Amino acid sequence: MSGIWTAVLILSIIGAIFAVVLYFVAQKFKVVEDPLIDEIAEVLPGANCGGCGKAGCRAMAEAFVKQGNMDGLKCPAGGETVAKKVAELLGCTPEETEPQVAVVRCNGTCANAPAKTHYDGMQDCAFANSLYTGESGCVFGCLGLGNCARACQFDALKVDPETGLPVVDESKCVACGACVKACPRGIIELRNKGMKDRRVFVACRNKEKGGDARKACFAACIGCGKCAKTCPFGAITVENNLAYIDFNICKLCRKCVSECPTGAIHAVNFPPKVEKPAAPATAPEATAEKVEVKA
Amino acid sequence: MKTFAMGGVHPEENKISTEAVIEQFPLPKTAVVLMTQHLGAPATPCVAKGDKVKVGQLIGKAEAFMCANVHSPYSGTVAKIEGCKDAFGIVKPAIYINVEGDEWEPTIDRSATIVRECTLEPKAITEKLKEMGIVGLGGATFPAHIKYSIAPDKKAEYLIINAVECEPYLTSDHRVMMEHAEEICIGVSILRKALGVPNAYIGIENNKPGPIATMKAMAAQFEGIIVQPLKVKYPQGAEKQLINAITGRRVPSGKLPIDVGCVVSNVGTAFAVYEAIQKNKPLIQNILTVTGKKLPSQHNYQVRVGTTYADLIAHSIGTLPPTTGKIISGGPMMGKAVSNLDAPTTKGASSVLVIDESEASRAPESNCIRCGKCMNACPMGLEPYLFSALVKNDRIEEAGAHNILDCIECGCCFFSCPANKPLLDEIRLGKNKYRAIMMAKKK
Amino acid sequence: MKLLNVSGSPHVHSDESTKRIMWRVNLALTPMLLVAIAFFGLNALLIACVSVLCCVLFQWLIEKFLMKVPSTICDGSAVVTGLLLAFNVPATREMIWLVAIGALVAIGIGKMSFGGLGKNPFNPALVGRVFMLISFPVQMTTWPRPLQGLLSIPTTDATTGATPLALFKENQLGATNDIMHYFLGQMGGSLGEVSALAILLGAIYLLCRKIITWHIPVSFIGTALIFSGILWLCDSTHFMDPLTTILTGGIMLGACFMATDMVTSPMTRKGQLIFGFGCGALTIIIRNWGNYPEGVSFAILLMNAATPLINRWCKPKRFAK
Repeated sequence: MSGIWTAVLILSIIGAIFAVVLYFVAQKFKVVEDPLIDEIAEVLPGANCGGCGKAGCRAMAEAFVKQGNMDGLKCPAGGETVAKKVAELLGCTPEETEPQVAVVRCNGTCANAPAKTHYDGMQDCAFANSLYTGESGCVFGCLGLGNCARACQFDALKVDPETGLPVVDESKCVACGACVKACPRGIIELRNKGMKDRRVFVACRNKEKGGDARKACFAACIGCGKCAKTCPFGAITVENNLAYIDFNICKLCRKCVSECPTGAIHAVNFPPKVEKPAAPATAPEATAEKVEVKA
Repeated sequence: MKTFAMGGVHPEENKISTEAVIEQFPLPKTAVVLMTQHLGAPATPCVAKGDKVKVGQLIGKAEAFMCANVHSPYSGTVAKIEGCKDAFGIVKPAIYINVEGDEWEPTIDRSATIVRECTLEPKAITEKLKEMGIVGLGGATFPAHIKYSIAPDKKAEYLIINAVECEPYLTSDHRVMMEHAEEICIGVSILRKALGVPNAYIGIENNKPGPIATMKAMAAQFEGIIVQPLKVKYPQGAEKQLINAITGRRVPSGKLPIDVGCVVSNVGTAFAVYEAIQKNKPLIQNILTVTGKKLPSQHNYQVRVGTTYADLIAHSIGTLPPTTGKIISGGPMMGKAVSNLDAPTTKGASSVLVIDESEASRAPESNCIRCGKCMNACPMGLEPYLFSALVKNDRIEEAGAHNILDCIECGCCFFSCPANKPLLDEIRLGKNKYRAIMMAKKK
Repeated sequence: MKLLNVSGSPHVHSDESTKRIMWRVNLALTPMLLVAIAFFGLNALLIACVSVLCCVLFQWLIEKFLMKVPSTICDGSAVVTGLLLAFNVPATREMIWLVAIGALVAIGIGKMSFGGLGKNPFNPALVGRVFMLISFPVQMTTWPRPLQGLLSIPTTDATTGATPLALFKENQLGATNDIMHYFLGQMGGSLGEVSALAILLGAIYLLCRKIITWHIPVSFIGTALIFSGILWLCDSTHFMDPLTTILTGGIMLGACFMATDMVTSPMTRKGQLIFGFGCGALTIIIRNWGNYPEGVSFAILLMNAATPLINRWCKPKRFAK
């Protein structure tokens, strides 16, 4: 019996010594930190996507507390709900911002921009971009190797194997901008979500002359300028043979869409245009669906 | 037998065009001369649309420091000055020429007589190299006048002529040595004079007994030229490895050959130097191999710069075999795959290599089995498998700390990898990213 | 015409592949299998078949249903694991079904749980073997006597005999000690470890094919030889003589085939020498002062655990400093 008591005694003494040592060590190396940081970090999404420009959510929380207000700091992933909560904790008013979404500005599908070569190297856009033009021969077009999809922390981007282009799932996209940084060709842009999620944009980045651009892709913007002339609001500028629609000015009238000779301007989430008044029955139902209109 | 210190592989040599005598390639109807045929900034066009040009006339002027003059390889009219896609689809500034006849600049000596004596001072030699637009023809197309203008605090002790031709398939250097040994030796003597070094070493791999014998016999007539046979091992033709094989010295990390007293030039460059200095002929043509296992015939051509790849193929073999899988500009280990056959050749082009589809595709990648073959094959003593893992996990700075920038991109790692991992692709990506990080840090 | 391929250089590849390496290892293992069949009869063949089939089957099942990745059973690595596992068990009848459990542990825990070939830190066959040794200590140390006649079907396990190592541990090895018998394989032991001759044949083939280098086997066996030699010189009554030491038990098999496994051994030559030294020293320590008569498996597994550290420490010499 005495053996057991000896063991219990020894272990208890050891435990007590360690407890004392640990207590002093903990006191010695204590880090004083604003508890607000923890609270805010709790509110933030915790995906560490880097969309805010900070190293992660914790770093962002520290930045909030250090600054004391929300000026110039925005968690794109969290959106308005998170902004409201953070503002509550910090005791300030959140900045009003328009919700945004990632938009893929290339329509070089396998059909529009048929492959001229076969790429057989590392499956990485940045590497393929440093090697050559890509399969379609367009120096500005999507390489389809999925760096953006791999960068997305929210599972909102997938490369469609049929078209070879990334597709944004608007319900999941939080506009953190990780894909924008990941794309070596600057194809993805964050644009305002727009009224009823409706957007009009130029799905092309090709700055070559019209003829050269068309050689690589049938759906390329040829910089003809018809859209800019048609636009009643002056939202469209053509520079370096490439049209660009400013989403802050665009009123979603869609006049440019039908004017574009190559169908490079995309209007998304609009109800399908009623071709003939003879078939009105289908129209009301179709409005419920989100349909991408491709010219 | 001398060779470099570590690593290296021995790919199948496939030197099937060694017996093909150098032919003159016919003139095309229209030609495009790129303004960037060298390492560095593009040359500035100094002719206008509609101008008449002669063969050898200066059409692109080197204005930046790191730049080389470009001369017209054709006589005719300048059609337009505009961007042109190179062999990899990247747009480069270029001059389009409608070829009319073949009228040369009168200053150029086109006779067959060989001029041995060179009276120019070293300074005048480098000046003339610059004027004639000479660049290194070993692949990197480094402007020669910069290489041969040694900074006052450095001293050259060795001139090394790279006649190794360690890449499989390529035979242009082989043929030049067989047919122009005397001109090469004169060119080497001129370079030796420009540097003021006592000896020049010509390194030739042992699988070329013909050129070794020819060059040895010719070098005996010249002072200070030593032919050094080397063991067959890739990448012996890489600058740092060749210096190591011949002198035993090692170029330190991030340093240049001149830091260990060496200057390395390609044997093709020596030939171009001879023509430029002794015959006033600018660098407007180069020797190019058209080869491939499945081609009906093998060729070595003297081609004017600006001939398109499509022309080269059409004239040499007619049409491509239907089973063609890949076309490579340069050798199979370090050359680049051509995606645009309508692109013009440049000063540095050494071959058009047609690979059959049975050999053109990479086998599917599998897990690294940590066999260490990449590491043992690496001539720089690096750890390619580690770079692969670090780059994949975006730990670029760690890769930098493991000296990823030492990589010479010889491809021995991918060549020997049993798991078929695209090691060199990953290393290149890592190098690019690491350089970008370093640039951002400097700012 | 088909589209032209484009990729970064190099555009050629050596004919080296994981598949070829693994099948060559299998080829190198066949002399041992033949010797085992000759010495232990049909049992040996059945154990090897069950082990290999189970390894391949488990790998296929795990890849198909758990990992949902394309199957890699054709690369031959599961066959290598199966053969090595079979070589590490005694040729008794019970082993024919017990080895299936070993195969499940070897492939399931030893290999696939880490992500498959190339990602396992420990030699899968040894993981299976050690699991069996600890779980079925009696069955794993009941050794049939070899040379029961070619392809004889043993009716009972009556003719069991201990290995020289076990005998020595119990101070019973003495008069029967004959180096030549050990070299050829006429002794009790696991399937693959008995004949040093067959092991050497396989090892020489692997060396010629450059699948292994001399560093690990030589430093492993060399360390064991020197270490046990010193002990023997100090006290020849308590310690085994060095030649018997390396020829009995699993040192030859371990040094040539288990320790040289590419995945779990260091990559640099220097690292391999350290690895072999560690294996040799640990083996002798376990044999002489441990509970088990044999220590090769534990020694190699311990050094497997040290491999990442060795790899970190032993960097290749850089060309440019």
